[in-house]
Parts: sequence; C-alpha cells; structure tokens
Amino acid sequence: MRMKRRKRTVLTRIRDVLFCAIIYLFLFLPISVIVVNSMNATTSKPYLAWKGFTLAWYVRLFDNTELLGSFRNTMIIAVVSTLLSTIIGTMGAVGMYKYKFKGKSIIDGLLYIPVVIPEIVLGISLLTIFSKVNIPRGMLTLILAHVTFSIPFVIFNVRARLAGYDNSIDEASMDLGANRIQTFFHVTLPVLAPGIAGGALLAFTLSIDDIIISYFVNGQVKTYPLRVMESIKSGVAPDVNALSTLILIATIVFVVLTQSGILNKNKKR
Amino acid sequence: MGYIVELENVDKIYGENHVVKSLNLKVEEGEFLTLLGSSGCGKTTTLRMIAGFEEPTNGNIRVEGEAIEDKEPYERDVNTVFQSYALFPHMTIYDNIAYGLKMKKVPKDEVQERVLHMMDLVQLGGFEKRYPSQLSGGQKQRVAIARALINRPKVLLLDEPLGALDLKLRKQMQLELKRLQKKLNITFIYVTHDQEEALTMSDRIAIMHDGILDQLGTPTEIYEKPATRFVATFIGETNIFDGAVADVKDGQVQVTIENGIISAKDFMSKSGQYVTISVRPEKMKFRDTPTTDFTIPAVVKDYVYVGSIIKCVVELPNGNEIRIERLAGQELPELGTTIYPYWDMEDAVVIHGQEQEMLRAMDSIQFS
Amino acid sequence: MEDRHRMHNFRSNTLPAIVMVGPVTLFMVLLVAVPLIYVAVMSFCSIDDNYNVVFQFTWKNYVRLANADYMKIYGQSLLIALITTVLSLLIGYPFAYIISRSDSRWKKLLYMLVIIPFWTNSLIRIYGWRTFLGSNGWLNTALQALHIVKEPVEFLFQRGTTVLGMVYCLIPFMILPLYTAIEKVDGSLLEASSDLGARRIITFFRIVIPLTASGIFSGCLMVFIPCLGYFFVSEILGGGNSDVIGNLIERQFQSGNNWPLGAALSIILIVVTLVLVKLFQKAGGNMEDLGM
Repeated sequence: MRMKRRKRTVLTRIRDVLFCAIIYLFLFLPISVIVVNSMNATTSKPYLAWKGFTLAWYVRLFDNTELLGSFRNTMIIAVVSTLLSTIIGTMGAVGMYKYKFKGKSIIDGLLYIPVVIPEIVLGISLLTIFSKVNIPRGMLTLILAHVTFSIPFVIFNVRARLAGYDNSIDEASMDLGANRIQTFFHVTLPVLAPGIAGGALLAFTLSIDDIIISYFVNGQVKTYPLRVMESIKSGVAPDVNALSTLILIATIVFVVLTQSGILNKNKKR
Repeated sequence: MGYIVELENVDKIYGENHVVKSLNLKVEEGEFLTLLGSSGCGKTTTLRMIAGFEEPTNGNIRVEGEAIEDKEPYERDVNTVFQSYALFPHMTIYDNIAYGLKMKKVPKDEVQERVLHMMDLVQLGGFEKRYPSQLSGGQKQRVAIARALINRPKVLLLDEPLGALDLKLRKQMQLELKRLQKKLNITFIYVTHDQEEALTMSDRIAIMHDGILDQLGTPTEIYEKPATRFVATFIGETNIFDGAVADVKDGQVQVTIENGIISAKDFMSKSGQYVTISVRPEKMKFRDTPTTDFTIPAVVKDYVYVGSIIKCVVELPNGNEIRIERLAGQELPELGTTIYPYWDMEDAVVIHGQEQEMLRAMDSIQFS
Repeated sequence: MEDRHRMHNFRSNTLPAIVMVGPVTLFMVLLVAVPLIYVAVMSFCSIDDNYNVVFQFTWKNYVRLANADYMKIYGQSLLIALITTVLSLLIGYPFAYIISRSDSRWKKLLYMLVIIPFWTNSLIRIYGWRTFLGSNGWLNTALQALHIVKEPVEFLFQRGTTVLGMVYCLIPFMILPLYTAIEKVDGSLLEASSDLGARRIITFFRIVIPLTASGIFSGCLMVFIPCLGYFFVSEILGGGNSDVIGNLIERQFQSGNNWPLGAALSIILIVVTLVLVKLFQKAGGNMEDLGM
C-alpha cells in the first residue's frame, strides 16, 4: 500500500535531478569548451580544429606580455575599485541609515540607476562627460566608472545587514565610554562585516567581468575582457583559454576555501 | 463504534534519530486528546504523520478503520491548525477560510454561507476583507481554526496552537476551543508542552517522552497515578524517592532509601525490587519524631510564598531537597528545626520498572 | 537650554553626516546624474562636418530614430529581450524552486554551481558557445562523425543563437532573485494548502507563485533591460543578423561617429527602463530586491 506514495516521490526526485543536470550542463558547457581548448595543440587561426593534447599554452601564456598586461590592468582596477567602492558604500549606507538630511531620497533614487539602467547607457554617458571635461581616458576613468557602478551593490548589501541592526548596541558602546569613531570601528563595523564582505565580493566580480562600461571609457588601456574582445575577430588563441582556465581554478579554490570556512564556523556554533 | 484514529506500532526514524518508537494509540470519536511532552519528544512528529506531512517508517495509521499511509495530505479527511498559523498572507481572511471549500469545488453560494457562518462562530464577523497582517495574534488564531474547521474534518489536529499568545489570551482561547469542540463534536488531537493547558482542556492525555508513550489516561489518572517517573515529575510538582523494597505486608511496602525508611500502600511490589515513590508536596505531612514507617530526618531550610500557598523547602541528610506545601495560615515547622516528613499511605504512588530512569537521575542532579 | 541642546545636536550630527554620505553623493551626482542629464542634452545637439558635437538645438536626431530600419531593430531587440525573459523564467523558476527546496547539505553547493560560471569572463564563455556551435565547431564535427548530417549545419548567426547567448548571460539574474523569494516562502503554508485539499499543482499556482511574485518581477526586469543593451552577444553569436538597440548605440559612439544620434538612441533605453521600473513598482515590486 505504502509503495504508491513512495514511488511517486522517487519519480519526482528523478525528474528534478535530471532537470537540474541539464541546466548545469547548459551552464558549464562553454566553460568545458574553454578548458579543453586551452590544451589544444593547434597553432593556426581560428584555433578551432583539435590537433592533439598539449600544455604548451600554459607556458607560452607567460610570454604573451600584452595578454598578461591586460590581466594586470584588470586586477589593479578590480582591487582599487573594490576597495574604494566598499569604503565609500559602507560609509554611505551607515550614514544614510543614521542621519536624516535634505535630498536623501534623491541620492536613494540615484543609487538604483546603475543597477537597473542598461550598462551601455551608463557607459556612453560616462564617455560623453569624461570627453566633455577633458579627462584623458585610461586607468583613472576606468576606476572611476567601476567605483560608480559598484557602490550601489555595496550599499544594498550593507543596508540588508543594517535592517536587522540593533541601534541600542551603539548607545551601549557610547554609554560605556567609547566615542563615535571608536564605536564605529569596534561595534558597528564588525556587526556589518558579513554585508560588507558580500558587497565587496560582488563589486570585485562585477569589475573583473565588466565589458560594456569599460569598452567606452578605457582609452588606450586594455583590460582583460577588452583584450579578449579584440582577439575574437581573429579567433581566440588557446593561451587566452589557458589564462581563463587558471582564473577559473583560482576562483574555485577561493570559493571552496571561503565556503568551507563558513561551514566550519557553523559547526562550531 | 470503533476508534476514529488508530496508530499501530508506528516508528519514525530520521537517519540516526529514532523520533517515535513503536507507538500505539487509539483515539475515540469525539474526544479531546492531548499529546503532551517536552520539545523533541515526538509529539509533533506523531501529529504530522496523522496529517500526512511525514510518513511513518514502520507501522500503520488508520482513520475510521481505513489505512491512510498511501494518501496525500490533500486526500485525508483531517485538518491541521498550525503552530505558526500558516495563514496565506496574500489572501483575505474570507479567502483563507474559503480555501478548503474551493478546493472541494463547493458551489459559490454555499461557500459564502458557510464561511460567514464560520466567521460568526469564531467571532470574526466583519473581518472578511482584511489581510492576515492586519490581525492580532488571537484573531489570526481564530482564522486558523476557522479555516480548518470549515471543512468539517473527521479529526482536527492542533499543533501548539496557543503557543504564541500571551497568558491571558491563552486562557481565554483554551476555554473557547473546548467550547467549539463540544459544540461541533469533532475529535481534537492537540499537541502541547504546557501541562496546565493539557490538564484544563483534555478528555484524555497521552504523555510522550523520548518517542515513547509513557502514559495514556484522564487528567485525574495522570495526576493521581503517574505510571512513570517522568510523568510524575512532568505533571505538577512532586517529591521523588528512589529505593529498594525492604518489606511487604498487608498491601503496604517499606522502602529503604538513602536516608532511611519510607512507606506506601502497594500490592504489586516484591521484596528487593527497586521502586520509585512519588508524593505531591500538598500531601506531605511532618512530625517531631520518627516512626517505624518513616525514619528520615529533614532540616527546614526555606519558605517560599506563592500567593495563597506557602512552600516549605526541607533538606534531607544526603543534601536532596523536598518540598512541603501548605495553605497560608496553616501550621508550619520553624526554620532550622529538624522534622520527620511522612504521608498517608494511600497518598504515595509507587512506580515500578524505572531502574534505568533511576540510574540516570542519580547521575544527574536530583530534581523534584 | 533647549537651544544649546539643539546646537549640540547640530554640531554633532552635521559633520559626521557629511563625512559619511558626502563621497557617495559626489559619485552619484557627478558620475550618474550629471552624465545622464548631459546625454539628454546631447540628444538635442547637432554635429558639424567633422562629426564634432555642436550645441545647437535640433529635433533631427529624434526624427532619425523613426527611420524604418531602426524601427525594425527596436522590434527585433524587444522581441529578443521578451523571448529571453520568458525562457529564463520558464527554465529559471523550476530550477530555483528545486535547489531552494533541496536538502540543506546540497543547497549551498547547488547554489555555488550557479555562480561559479560567472566568475569566468562572459565574453570567453560566449566565445565558447561559438566554438561549440560554429560550422567547424564541436557539435557539427560530432554530428558529421556520427553521420547524422552530411553538411555542417549553420547554428550561428541567427536570432536563436543570440537568444541562447542572452539567456546564458542573464539567467543568473533570474535565478538569484527567484531563489531568494522562494527561500522566504514558509514551508508550513505549503503544508497548510495541502492539508486543506489542494493538490501540488494547485498549491504551486495559488500559493507559491503569488508569494514569489516580487522575485518574478525583479528577475524579469533584471533580464529584460540588460538584454536590450548587450551588444557583444549579438555581435559574437548573431553576426550582425540580430542586432539589439545596444548595437545601434555602440556604433554611434565609436570614435568619429554621430554621438548626438547615439544619445537619442540611449534615451529610448532610458525611457523603456523608466516605464518598466514604474510598472514593477505598480505591481508591488520592491526596489530593494533588485540589488541582489
């Protein structure tokens, strides 16, 4: 008797697993193409036909100064813009949460623009203004642009954390003799840390992957995605795939380390 | 007429956790049965198995004699009142209550008539267009009850339905639930961890402990004749003495405990058996000298005034404390004096077969 | 006494408020508000013979927007965005539902597996599709080797492949808000529905869908709008046969082209965005859900 219900549960489970497997296949298919092609022995454009296995591209990659330079640019821009947007965003979120002032709702509204508006609109608007006030396009404009589109994401993450923030702990801190700055660093900041970290991670991810906005404000500076874009016309060489594979491995290691760290913390509790 | 709900050797195992152990329970039609126990005792799991949200690992569940293990929750003629109310936040009160009837494709006119009638019955007339978020806790509770009752279930399952309410409202709702149950003559299976609530409302109480049904009986039976050490300590306050039977005669036993000898009325014990004796604080008496039946001395340590009652804490030579309860104004021993507690033989309950529990209790701090 | 109190409050709050909120304000005003206003102004500007922007008022740019060729592309772009959104929702919803209701041991892993692909540069992944689908690509090679087809099948450079690339790029923006919304649905509501006689499918449509409506709206918004601008996807996979509005704008802003016309084209995107956001708010969507 009981079999009928159990059988149904098993069937739906199989269906669910199959469905998810197909979606994951869809998500990972192009990545596996990248990884496999990074080990392709072909040397002729457009580097599509399979000519046997080699790891040579992983060595040759380090002679490709243009590619490495673009990767270095991407990392510099990502690190600097993440730092800046995290600091500015965190201060802004806390400030807007704590203080009332004129024009707050306007800033609030402006924050949604970089999130919802198509990136291309933000890109060309920055391009026009930078060219209007004659800021030479390059590292500076790239960093300014990346900070601009990252700030809202940091703020929204920190704000989500602030929503559950108990104001009385700040008052308790000041009651115990800490001034505002001490309270901010000893009490407010640690409590908000997970939100800040989440925002920073998002800012970093958005920055290293950004194409559209960078495309308009880069000037002569090539970031890694822009370098890839250039090479697409002639066919992406396997050394680009090799670098992507290395980045992928690095991020997976990073994710596994941080996630298992979180798991351990949970266990301790 | 048979039983409306029968559980036969029901087990529930989650991985390594044996949550419900070989449970046998028969619920009579029209009764108010309470599953009582502390959290994690398996009472909610039992309720969820009857509702169909969980499947028993082993055993059978029957409603009106019909096996229901293979039925989905939506196919069963039982309804549930959830602990969290589980009101649909995106529907009005009217739509919440009408939900079950709509599922059964009851004609619209009849739905309206029955919903409005039910809303009157739970005193929510005029609230049709409100949303759950606009109601107080007590009102949400009434909606949850109305939503379940409108389907005229054979059995209503209630999972700690009053847990989230404040004390005063809880008392009021207890009476109201009882009234509804009598009026509609529907079988209620009620889960709670609140022993007072169970004693007030139930026709019968099933006390669960570590997945096992310890005792099933009327509130009076449970209070007066606890079958296990756990039941004795869980229901009301009591003094517990563990010892070995020294002598049996004329339906009376003498038991040797750590501090001396105590006695009780009992026909079942044999010499040398380990037994547990439970005596309610209000049944305790005291005198200045020992007798052959009661030889334990005790020093009066403290008084606690609880309104009209005074609790007197006395300490036995081994450091265990026992409590004696008196109405205010009645005579009590003075602080620091030594007394000899005793009781009328029939006021003590002798509990057998609790060696395991006894050992466990001796390992931990004695509770009373 | 009261005055002094107020003075004290003023002094102690104004400075910290300026320090904390000042930088954000600066960025949002100077690098979001001002540039957008400038684009709006530019859309009414003219150009000289060397394609330099001249501040001379004209409607010409907007008149050119009504050009039939452009109209075709707007329609195509909206269609691609619509199909992409619908597909993402149809695939993303059951997927988000399954992972959010999965065993807590697996949940985190399943969730991370959605995000990890997006740590690899999206251009390269799109190029991966091209490698896979191209006429000399892996799929064709495999099909020919298995004698399923004789000649290579042209998968690329069609609207379908552009949609595929768009779905691929944007589906996490659908899955993540849906996942969050479904996670928030109290399991006891589903049990209550079942208890009251509703079969699973009815519970899904009557309880789950309405309670996750906000997630659905924000997911759709976060897929539909970017889709209008992702010019690189249609460039790589669509090969110029399935341009979106983004492609039109991009061409005008390549050096030496007609910036004012590009600005006017951008205004279309801004208007579409504003309209959709308004609709989103009307439908009860919560703006905070858009921040991921």
